[in-house]
Amino acid sequence: MIDQISELEIKDIEEVSKKLRKNILMMIHNAQSGHPGGSLSCIDILNVLFTKCMKHYPECELNPEYKNRDRFILSKGHASAALYSIMAHCGYFKEEELLTFRKFGSKLQGHPCCKVLKGIEISTGSLGQGLSIGCGMALGLKLDKIDSKVYVYMGDGEIEEGSVWEAVMNAAHNNLDNIIAFVDRNKLQIDGSTEKVKSVGNVKAKFEAFGWDTIEIDGHNILEIYNAIIKAKNSSKPCAIIANTIKGKGVSFMENNAGWHGKAPNDEELQKALDELN
Amino acid sequence: MNREYKSVRSEYGKTLVELGKVNKDIVVLDADLSSSTQTKLFAKEFPERFFNVGISEQDLITTAAGLSCTGKIPFVSTFAMFASGRAWEQVRNTICYSNLNVKIAATHGGITVGEDGASHQALEDISLMRSIPNMTVIVPADAEETRQAIKFAAEFNGPVYIRISRSNLPDIFDSNYKFDYKKANIIKEGKDITLITNGETLVETIDCAKILSEKGIDAEIINVPVVKPLDNETIINSAKKTNRVITIENHSIIGGLGSAICELLSEKYPTKVTRIGTNDEFGQSGTAKELMAFYGLNAEKLAQKITGLIK
Repeated sequence: MIDQISELEIKDIEEVSKKLRKNILMMIHNAQSGHPGGSLSCIDILNVLFTKCMKHYPECELNPEYKNRDRFILSKGHASAALYSIMAHCGYFKEEELLTFRKFGSKLQGHPCCKVLKGIEISTGSLGQGLSIGCGMALGLKLDKIDSKVYVYMGDGEIEEGSVWEAVMNAAHNNLDNIIAFVDRNKLQIDGSTEKVKSVGNVKAKFEAFGWDTIEIDGHNILEIYNAIIKAKNSSKPCAIIANTIKGKGVSFMENNAGWHGKAPNDEELQKALDELN
Repeated sequence: MNREYKSVRSEYGKTLVELGKVNKDIVVLDADLSSSTQTKLFAKEFPERFFNVGISEQDLITTAAGLSCTGKIPFVSTFAMFASGRAWEQVRNTICYSNLNVKIAATHGGITVGEDGASHQALEDISLMRSIPNMTVIVPADAEETRQAIKFAAEFNGPVYIRISRSNLPDIFDSNYKFDYKKANIIKEGKDITLITNGETLVETIDCAKILSEKGIDAEIINVPVVKPLDNETIINSAKKTNRVITIENHSIIGGLGSAICELLSEKYPTKVTRIGTNDEFGQSGTAKELMAFYGLNAEKLAQKITGLIK
């Protein structure tokens, strides 16, 4: 694992992000169902995490090191299109399969399902449960003296769930320095602005008040993402990376528009989006 | 009748300690009720494998889920109300959907919670747990059956819900008893009616059958510790024999054992069934004994009702 990232690598990662964004849009268009807004807001972070930071093995159990892998939980399971696109890129399955997304009989269920897709640690979709699952994994890894990290990816609307804060206290109480949580601060939820629906407020201060380390970043800046993850890995406390992001990032008419939370683009909209990304 | 009453909860705690000694993967979680649930016995012996998550039942269930993902076998305890109610969706969407190896040993099920009153009396837990795919549901009737059910759960791969009573219960089974999760057991053979029960109402049903016998009614008693999966064969065979079934449970008549029996018989061998339990109502404060009498679940009240039913 490298601790520094070059200009050249950043360019490469950005190119991959473009491809992943296109795949996300094509999957959702093909399914005529899915969640583009929150998938596009988290994809740069998933890209850096999966391609540069996380210890993981797309061949799963076939790799003897599998038990020492870092764990990833997509707590905001509705961003499944983003997860599947980065998993396909990393070789968990063939990219052609992406077009089965949300279709009958597909391994790519609407929300991630560990029973049908290898590499998914646990099924998610119902918000507010991932961080607590992550605490359990982190405790288990510590019991077994396995030096791996547990990454949990949450939405900012998701932290309105009280169960998130039960888990935040759990991680701090048990000194789970092997947990790194992302909060995708795109500031929008289905019914509009997070501050209008239920003020999420100062997320950083909230986590700090609960005894966590925090790092606030631009969640679309590759270098900031990378540096934040490296720093979080060396934290002596559970660490929350508050990522300021743009819902629908990369597609002008989707950006900062809550209407694109759970809506599929039509043929024309897809073409327009793909043109923008080319 | 002179009977020796045993704490089923402390039997649970002791069994956990036994299991913990032979299997280092056993971990135990509680939500600030470790004295009430008796998981404190395990906590004392294996502090590094005990996690008290505080008053956070949702976190309790999903933390156990995470531990099971790393190969641990978590036993999770709190009151039945909170394990099955507060955290239902965690149980459904995280434990059962992913078919995780988590054991929920919930204490204080049913009306016999007593003095704490309706807010703490889980009369719906079996219904709630039974309706979730992948879940196995067990309601043991005494200390021995509890011990064996816990040991079974530790060896079985998949989610299990075990309801452990708050009350001390008299011994019904001895160490010759063999708990088999695929089998209901016939406690007494009879030809006139079939009484189907489990948990705390088994001893009342046994005593009720004695009263009925004095009145010339020969009741068959079937103990169904495993509500799901149900032992269809034993139940259907008994229904064929007596053609009259009465279910008795320390639970609402909606969705529990009685409902499970009705679902089975209505499809496979339509038989008249009467469900006895709490009706569509909440409980109240009182001693366990007073409440069992008030809700018609003690031997005398059961005998009265059943005599009336089959006249």
